[in-house]
Amino acid sequence: MILTHSDQAMLQGEAGGAARIAMELLVATAEAEGATELLDISGAHIDGCLYHGQAGLDFGRLLLDGGATVVVPTTLNVSSLDLLHPGLYRGDQAVAVAARELMDAYVAMGCVPSWTCAPYQLPARPGLGDQVAWGESNAIVFANSVLGARTGRYGDFLDICCALTGRAPATGLHTDQGRRATLRVDLDIPDHMLDDDLLYPILGHLLGEVSGMAVPVVVGLDSRATEDRLKALGAAAASSGAVAMFHVVGVTPEAPTLDAATGGTEPETRLVIGPTELSRARGSFNQGSGPLGAVSVGTPHFSVSEMEQLAALVAGRTTSVPFYVNTSRDVLARAERSGAVTTIEEFGATIVTDTCTYITPIMEDVRGVVMTNSGKWAFYAPGNLGVEVALAGLEACVHSAMIGEVTVGKEW
Amino acid sequence: MSRPRFRVLVEGVATGELLLLTEPLSLWGGLDPETGLIVDRNHPQVGRTMTGAIVSMPHGRGSSSSSSVLAEALRLGTGPAGFVLEVPDSILVIGALVAQRLYGAVCPIVSGPRPEGSTGTWRIDHNRVVPLAKG
Repeated sequence: MILTHSDQAMLQGEAGGAARIAMELLVATAEAEGATELLDISGAHIDGCLYHGQAGLDFGRLLLDGGATVVVPTTLNVSSLDLLHPGLYRGDQAVAVAARELMDAYVAMGCVPSWTCAPYQLPARPGLGDQVAWGESNAIVFANSVLGARTGRYGDFLDICCALTGRAPATGLHTDQGRRATLRVDLDIPDHMLDDDLLYPILGHLLGEVSGMAVPVVVGLDSRATEDRLKALGAAAASSGAVAMFHVVGVTPEAPTLDAATGGTEPETRLVIGPTELSRARGSFNQGSGPLGAVSVGTPHFSVSEMEQLAALVAGRTTSVPFYVNTSRDVLARAERSGAVTTIEEFGATIVTDTCTYITPIMEDVRGVVMTNSGKWAFYAPGNLGVEVALAGLEACVHSAMIGEVTVGKEW
Repeated sequence: MSRPRFRVLVEGVATGELLLLTEPLSLWGGLDPETGLIVDRNHPQVGRTMTGAIVSMPHGRGSSSSSSVLAEALRLGTGPAGFVLEVPDSILVIGALVAQRLYGAVCPIVSGPRPEGSTGTWRIDHNRVVPLAKG
């Protein structure tokens, strides 16, 4: 491992105890990844602020006791609590106290209290070629694929180690070589399916299943694959699989052409995904029909455009079941100015910020199936919450909420 | 007869029953650190315990919170004895390293070929992975 004088100084504790611990852990992990040096980063996004038990808090305390201060602009992921709507939390109070201490610890280290899993929707976000260290699987895949920023798959703890040192392992997706597509996926579907929001999380789910550790390149999408749709695609792919980057020819910034995405070497493996595969995957998410228990949308956090899209669908209507909308405090403030929030609240929806309905006890006791428009939520909620799910587009979710019955829309 | 050498990702020695995961598992959403049980309903080995096992996995998957879940399981004593990964995974590595620093927990992680045979007691011994008994 080639270390700079500054790296070595940190290892010797010259930048304080926390920076020393962070550099030790970073070097050990970089060596495990096969990196031979570290590189400078211009920002970080921390997933370690979400409470999973005493270990995370003990680590946060260890760093704070060592005088931890981040050296690059650093945003924070969702936590276990909605600080703007504290009454929504229905969990154990001791957990809430510990979760709050963890959140405060990361803020005390100088992180921005953004509390969102979609930091790419904040006004300041990295751009093409920027080296960053991001945690949160959906944020990682979005940063690499849609923004063209460069981050590895940083786990909890390693994310803050990078933020405290300003360094990251110079390997994998941080390098040109590591970003080249090694798997080609051709989409062979009728053109009208590209207009369907539901295509994107389902395609993402399949992409995660087939990609393994490869960087896939998708051929067959076009400009209808908006940022919101690519967000849904990436989040699902990073849930069913380990996808940390994908290319879409003609859409994502490093894939103006197939050759640009692959570096000129045609991938050895080429797959075709058509309506049959997509319908099968869609069917696997629809675990129940009949009475609807609740609806949860906004995983990852809704963007301003999604808030406005929802407001347009629900204007003048009323939900008959609990309807949760997860978003960030930043998006909430912007959607309040446009009037979308008032419309959504008049519909009877509960807006959740700073956290998400599948990671903390917020939803009331649910009887019946929970509908969502999120492939990620549909993937994790059965295990996390013990609920049955149905995955559908936003319009079908709204319609179902009004009538209290699961209606997932017509089959492909 | 030469045995394959493994790359040491997290140093250590550990012995346990081999748990062969036929698909990657995200520990967050997939492992309950309170019980050590695999809870991901989409996973073929759902319901099996990781506690004390030498876990063989093709590669990592899913959530970056898996480091926290691994560290928490190791703190509670429900975690695996060690991992044999076909592809290195820094999310598991940092979880094991942090548990080691905070609690002295030993959870060696190596990368290399999947152990042959699906049962029995295996030992991770630095850069070697060896069977101790036939299952």
